[in-house]
Amino acid sequence: MAKELIKGNEAVIKGALLAGCEAYFGYPITPASEIAHAAAKYFPLAGKVFLQAESEIASIQMCYGAAGSGVRVMTASSGPGISLKLEGISYAAGSELPIVIVDIMRGGPGLGNIAPSQADYNQVVKGGGHGNYKVIVLAPNSAQEMCDFTMLAFELADKYRNPVFVLTDGFNGQMMEPVEFPEPKPINVDKTSWAAMGTAETRKNLINSIYLDPNEMEEHNKHLQEKYARMEREEVRFEEYKLEDAEIIGISFGTVSRVMYSAVDQAREKGIKVGMLRPITLFPFPKVKIRKLAEKGAIKAFVVSEMSNGQMVDDVRLAVEGRKPVKFYSRMGGVVPTVAELVEQFENAGK
Amino acid sequence: MARMEVHKDHCKGCGLCIDICPVNVIEVSKEINNLGYHPAVYKGEGCTGCSLCFYACPEPDAIVVYRKD
Amino acid sequence: MAQVKDVLQKPSSFYDRFFRKPDRYQEDTHYCPGCGHGVLHKLIAEAIDDFGIRDRTIMISPVGCSVFVYYYFDTGNFQVAHGRAPAVATGIKRTHPDAIVISYQGDGDLAAIGGNNILQAANRGENITVFFVNNAIYGMTGGQMAPTTLIGQKTMTSPYGRKAEWEGYPMKVSELLSTLEAPAYIERVALTDGKNLMKARKAVRKAIQTQIDGKGFSLVEVLSACPSGWRMTPVDAKKWVDEVMTKTFPPGVYKDVSNEREVGSWARHLEKVPVEKYHEILGLTGTAMEVEGDMNEVPENFRNPRVLIAGFGGQGILLLGQTLAEAGMRHGWNSTWIPSYGPEMRGGTANCHVKISETPIGSPVVSEPNILITMNQPSLERFEKSLVPGGLLIYNTSMIDTKPQRSDIDILPIPATEMADEIGSLRVANMVIVGAILEKTKILQKDIVLDSLNTVVKHKKFIPMNTQAIEKGIEYVRNFKQ
Repeated sequence: MAKELIKGNEAVIKGALLAGCEAYFGYPITPASEIAHAAAKYFPLAGKVFLQAESEIASIQMCYGAAGSGVRVMTASSGPGISLKLEGISYAAGSELPIVIVDIMRGGPGLGNIAPSQADYNQVVKGGGHGNYKVIVLAPNSAQEMCDFTMLAFELADKYRNPVFVLTDGFNGQMMEPVEFPEPKPINVDKTSWAAMGTAETRKNLINSIYLDPNEMEEHNKHLQEKYARMEREEVRFEEYKLEDAEIIGISFGTVSRVMYSAVDQAREKGIKVGMLRPITLFPFPKVKIRKLAEKGAIKAFVVSEMSNGQMVDDVRLAVEGRKPVKFYSRMGGVVPTVAELVEQFENAGK
Repeated sequence: MARMEVHKDHCKGCGLCIDICPVNVIEVSKEINNLGYHPAVYKGEGCTGCSLCFYACPEPDAIVVYRKD
Repeated sequence: MAQVKDVLQKPSSFYDRFFRKPDRYQEDTHYCPGCGHGVLHKLIAEAIDDFGIRDRTIMISPVGCSVFVYYYFDTGNFQVAHGRAPAVATGIKRTHPDAIVISYQGDGDLAAIGGNNILQAANRGENITVFFVNNAIYGMTGGQMAPTTLIGQKTMTSPYGRKAEWEGYPMKVSELLSTLEAPAYIERVALTDGKNLMKARKAVRKAIQTQIDGKGFSLVEVLSACPSGWRMTPVDAKKWVDEVMTKTFPPGVYKDVSNEREVGSWARHLEKVPVEKYHEILGLTGTAMEVEGDMNEVPENFRNPRVLIAGFGGQGILLLGQTLAEAGMRHGWNSTWIPSYGPEMRGGTANCHVKISETPIGSPVVSEPNILITMNQPSLERFEKSLVPGGLLIYNTSMIDTKPQRSDIDILPIPATEMADEIGSLRVANMVIVGAILEKTKILQKDIVLDSLNTVVKHKKFIPMNTQAIEKGIEYVRNFKQ
């Protein structure tokens, strides 16, 4: 293990190379640009492809080409760029292509600002592009997880032949922390059955999302939904923090979850029995876990906080199904909730 | 002797082969084929094997040209 | 006519049966009678046969009537989004330089929605082959106006005829792309009479050969009849191409530098690097000096420090913070560093937050610092209030005229900028501060901090000067009297 103090954005690229990523196609945007910078620096040295595309629209389509021809590939951007990539993401979901996409969220709507935000939740987790598709969404909250989840994203993308997002905010991209980097991972995935690689063996293969016949299109959709259901059975990930005796449950992801650890600690010093659940996969969402918590008699309320107008909170409410109150604390536009603010929310929720 | 051959059930009767033939040895058949068109048909002699009808034909398998026999 | 076989029949690069075609007519195309697509398909399939590249070839089907190119070609196949074929082709080719990648596009696809994609792929000199079917109309979607629709031509969306003053002029793609330096070969051909058909056949082959030879981007624009869209008989449509379209779109070679290029010069093969070398490439060699730090030895005031550093952009604020965070990590502690980022750091104010802690760090944000560094006047005014009682304020007297207001804190004034100037560079004022923190707080060990410079200072030649600044800061604090 080699340890380094490193920005989350840069840890993404080092993790990607160690995971066997063969190509990066990107376009500059703050606060995600360091990802492209690092790829531009390291990929050529490792004999991998780095190419700056003419647009976000093109960069995701370059990923479509590389993924469809069987290599591990990624791109990264921030909200405005992700909006443009959605075209290609829908196609990739339809054609079942493993692509890793990193979204370092910034303030919106529109050009907004470059401060940290979580307002791309709906766009990324709920689809954004057209059609009945889902993507796996991993939500790191540290530089270490930026590396680890990027590596995991490549595994999951190949396992399910599906786009996988690493979704975090500008703070987590820009923050430096110690990261321990693992040894390069050998890839044991055979894509010759479906990828068109320009070889005799794969000549029969077609990368395609068009099904003109409504019945065939429905069949394909059913197949996709089964795949998404399998993700919900096998890939739910979350972190529990001081939940054992908790009466108030805080729920947050990304940078807000970092603030919330501290808020839980401080609230407990004040005698409030708070715990925290951090969804690591935003899809599949830990809804079963949340429902079970909601069913526990000792639990009084949930406190969800996001740097958005309240997007993940909808998923929490669907899981809680009205069994317990779900409070929501919002900061927007690049403002990060403070520890004191969250402590106050916990105090109020307990009353 | 060169000759051309029309696979009549794959012909859509567009007439491009007839139009391009420099020696005028292809014509429209009175027959109606599987696809519902009057297909082209070789008149039976005079083909020089120039192959222009093959390249002018948009269908993959409607025309075969034997340049030498 | 060299290269023409004795028997001309369906090329074997077409599937025997078009098994993906959903109707019963699996030996016939889905194209209308007289459609130029079928003619071009045949020329391409014949070339793939003759060059023996079927196994290596990947065809890209666009959106439009040729959306089903993959019904026909017994090659690897992609079906892609409207206009994006050149980008997809780029992704395939860059990662598979030995594949023969053929992008097949119509005029709406290539010249309208995908205009930038083709322009940029051509400008990058992608080693791909593009067949661009120009029939002056959107065929599949029902005959709407395309960028290549002729002046006066009536379509579903120009029912009174295209007017230059309203919709502009027909876009001349071959001429446009030929102004770029990177493309190797660009030709416009017309699927009309025998002479032009043979020119088209030659162009198709040359375009593919250019890619096989690794000479870069090639494009053939093919003027092609759309009898259904134009409401004409196939023969009349062919005549219209010949007599009308070619006036606006003259056939010919628009660019050909293929002979001037070396074989393989644009092939872009990358050298394979063994994975064992990745850690070295990524700078993960693990040679940094480390110690086992003990927070209990740190004076109580400064244990698990929360540092806020603020000043002008250009004062090395971020690097100051990074040095502390790096050294903190090398004591075996957790550390976080978070900057204000983006345009504001280019010129305006900059600040960063550093936390060093023996326990995991929750929020990396420092809202209540116990150590505050202010390098300029606005920072002192803005952040003095945030310091916790008993905390340490270090302020740069070279840039700050006023005195701090608080009496419940520990205050260290230091003329950091002037001290840096004496060393020979204003830019090392930040390291003077690092030295001052070292000596004042006893959180970090000096040898670890100095070794950390090897990591955080980008240009090694500046390390001696930075080291000198740290020494000066230490010395200043040793001699400092309130």
